[in-house]
Amino acid sequence: MLPELGHFALVLALMLAGLQAFFGIVGPALGRDRWVAATTSAVAGQFVMVATAVGILVYAFVNFDFSVLYVAENSNSALPLMYRIAALWGAHEGSLLLWIFLLAVWTLAVAIVSRNLPQRFAARVLGVLGVLSFGFLLFTLATSDPFRRLIPAAADGRDLNPLLQDPGLAVHPPVLYTGYVGLAVAFSFACAAMLEGRMDPDWARWTRPWTTAAWAFLTCGITLGSWWSYYTLGWGGYWEWDPVENASFMPWLVATALIHSLAVTEKRGLFKSWTLLLAILGFSLSLLGTFLVRSGVLVSVHSFAADPDRGRFILIFLGLVIGGALTLYAWRAPLLKSNVGFDLLSRESFLLFNNILLVVAAATVLGGTLAPLIGDTMGQTSLSVGAPYFRPTFLLAMVPLLLLLSVGIHANWKRGRLEVAAKPLLVILAVAVILAAAAVFGVYGGRHALAITGFAIGGWIILSSLLDPIDRLRRHLSLSRAVLGMTLAHIGLAVAVIALSGVESYTSERDIALGTGASAQVGGYDFKLLGTRALEGPNYSATRATVVVSRDGRMITTLYPEVRQFWVQQQTRKVAGIYNLHGTDLFIALGDDLGAGRWSLRAQIRPLITLLWLGPLFMALGGALALSDRRYRLERAAARASASGAAAPGEAH
Amino acid sequence: MSPRFLVPLGVFVLLVIVLIVGLNHSREVGVLQSPLVGHEIPDWELPMLTDPAKSLGSRELKGQWYVLNFWGTWCYACRAEHNTLLQAQHDARVQIIGVDWKDENSADALDWLSRLGNPYTQVVTDKAGNTAIDLGVAAAPESFLVNPQGVIVYKEPGVITPQSWQHEFLARLPPQSSVPATTAGGS
Repeated sequence: MLPELGHFALVLALMLAGLQAFFGIVGPALGRDRWVAATTSAVAGQFVMVATAVGILVYAFVNFDFSVLYVAENSNSALPLMYRIAALWGAHEGSLLLWIFLLAVWTLAVAIVSRNLPQRFAARVLGVLGVLSFGFLLFTLATSDPFRRLIPAAADGRDLNPLLQDPGLAVHPPVLYTGYVGLAVAFSFACAAMLEGRMDPDWARWTRPWTTAAWAFLTCGITLGSWWSYYTLGWGGYWEWDPVENASFMPWLVATALIHSLAVTEKRGLFKSWTLLLAILGFSLSLLGTFLVRSGVLVSVHSFAADPDRGRFILIFLGLVIGGALTLYAWRAPLLKSNVGFDLLSRESFLLFNNILLVVAAATVLGGTLAPLIGDTMGQTSLSVGAPYFRPTFLLAMVPLLLLLSVGIHANWKRGRLEVAAKPLLVILAVAVILAAAAVFGVYGGRHALAITGFAIGGWIILSSLLDPIDRLRRHLSLSRAVLGMTLAHIGLAVAVIALSGVESYTSERDIALGTGASAQVGGYDFKLLGTRALEGPNYSATRATVVVSRDGRMITTLYPEVRQFWVQQQTRKVAGIYNLHGTDLFIALGDDLGAGRWSLRAQIRPLITLLWLGPLFMALGGALALSDRRYRLERAAARASASGAAAPGEAH
Repeated sequence: MSPRFLVPLGVFVLLVIVLIVGLNHSREVGVLQSPLVGHEIPDWELPMLTDPAKSLGSRELKGQWYVLNFWGTWCYACRAEHNTLLQAQHDARVQIIGVDWKDENSADALDWLSRLGNPYTQVVTDKAGNTAIDLGVAAAPESFLVNPQGVIVYKEPGVITPQSWQHEFLARLPPQSSVPATTAGGS
């Protein structure tokens, strides 16, 4: 009975989303204020319905309702509670429902926060979000109903994909999706502005916090995914330029560009049509990622079961939404002109370069990801590109971007003089290069061009980011949270750059075969296999090896890498043994039983890898800090005051 | 309307064309389709498990439908598949030839069959894995359905389930009456 109610709730949600889209878009166009006012009610109703559906599906998972096909396919009586809940997004149908739920949450948040915006504009934003929600609900009901019954019910379920039975992966999809879906808000603000045919001077200020929030979630989501693949897939890699990883990275690059161009639009009223285009592109790349993952067009370790019907549906939806938005753009963007100019060395110029380089980077990633498809179109079979393509092309855009950053943050708006004279910047650069050289030659040894460049650039960014805040502190001037957030995010980027250069240059890795009691040396550390034993988990049996790591005869730690054999799906999953020694990971993964007590193992020494997770964390925290800036709160309070002061019908916007 | 504002739309249209081509292509090929399906099975000849002096090969099996099933005692998933194969053998509509793949010790394989039951009409061994390489076997279990002309009609890239046995294997056989009564195998 309950699952049928869940299905029914989705049908109601679809109808409410349709109403939300209709009232939100047609109401303002025809000037019907009652319709405009009804938009918010539709949003609230849709949220309640979607939340009900999610609640019912979770209930079915928690209570082992194997008469629901999706539950039977992705759960099992031995599956622990935490993973029974996470199983909700363990496969296509449920993760689509999660997507819809998160869209409903963002929409509700927009409806609540935007009470202070001009009513018709807010209705248009909600209307566009309604269109998106309608499309996804229709997709779910037409091709991917999570409440389909299995009659007769299964005696037991087929279990959750073992790769997903991990705390890291239990939280990765919701965080990543929150970021993906959050970009829909910026998209809707852009579409609403184009529907109005004009951009309010405050438009950028309204859009910025939403974009920053979505970006921060996206940053965390991508990092969690990378961390998870590092410790569970058993090869110790953290980024493989896999189509699905790229699908999350491209929106991130464009969202980063959008954050910066929004700053210019807010401060100077420039780049208006460019900002709109980025807002459209960011969410379009989210949608494209969804298409690539769920249609089976590209093969990836992450992809859901391929289904061309679903692919066709998403493609049509993609065409209508993105095609519609870009048509609107071609029609309305020419109306948005700005007549102010700026000098070549002004902050505007630097931000323009930032945008161009980020978009070029996103385009190269897109080109590489779609290479197999482009090959097909040209009649070439299986053209496929990997790291040898992605790395150099990506660096080509990134290195200039990073070099310009240190200078750009000290440039003035409009006028082309550097705020801090060029001298301190050059002094800092010299300090950074010396420190980098000291680290490379003194600590790590070897002569890696990549490491010394990366360390120097990273050091330069950190020092030059701190220049301005330290100066202000010394002069007892106030520091806004927006500036602090930006500084923290830039430092986070620099930390990630340093980490990447270090990890890429100084990782030692060896595949070794060890018998019990034997040892091998990798990167100066001795790995000794003491033995293996069998273990039983709640729904798997495991082989756990005991490996002692020592250096120069002194024991450092004991690691316990595992191979888990899950009973139901008969799949194995590795859990690497990792010990963190001052930011360096000593990593060991258990491979195959070679017989006669011998095992294959993969040992890695990865210096600085801890910073690779900390860098993005700083970036996301920087975003959160900027979000909490007084400016947005004052803005809201002021708007509330003026809204209550002039609450006449048909108020001006 | 200035043409430069149409550029994004133009690029997007090109992208959609690429995606449509990709989508149709993925339908034709299928994600896990083996390039061997529809082609004659590469010639194979392998020693029998019970008596390595004797052998069985594609030439002897010509003129008959058969399923070539790659398994090993080291393969957990094969154990899951085993019951389905035992059931399937009761139908007796097609013979199942087992290929004991990469088992170092024939005694292990014989022990496995005596303990769990033998679903195979014949069992051959491929210790070195050369035949598996010819057939593009990535991981056990994998199975091939071969018709009397020696053409691979279907490849199952993983565990055969009762459903897939019904829908992918039996459904491809000619109607029951026209199948020659199961022969005693190639020996």
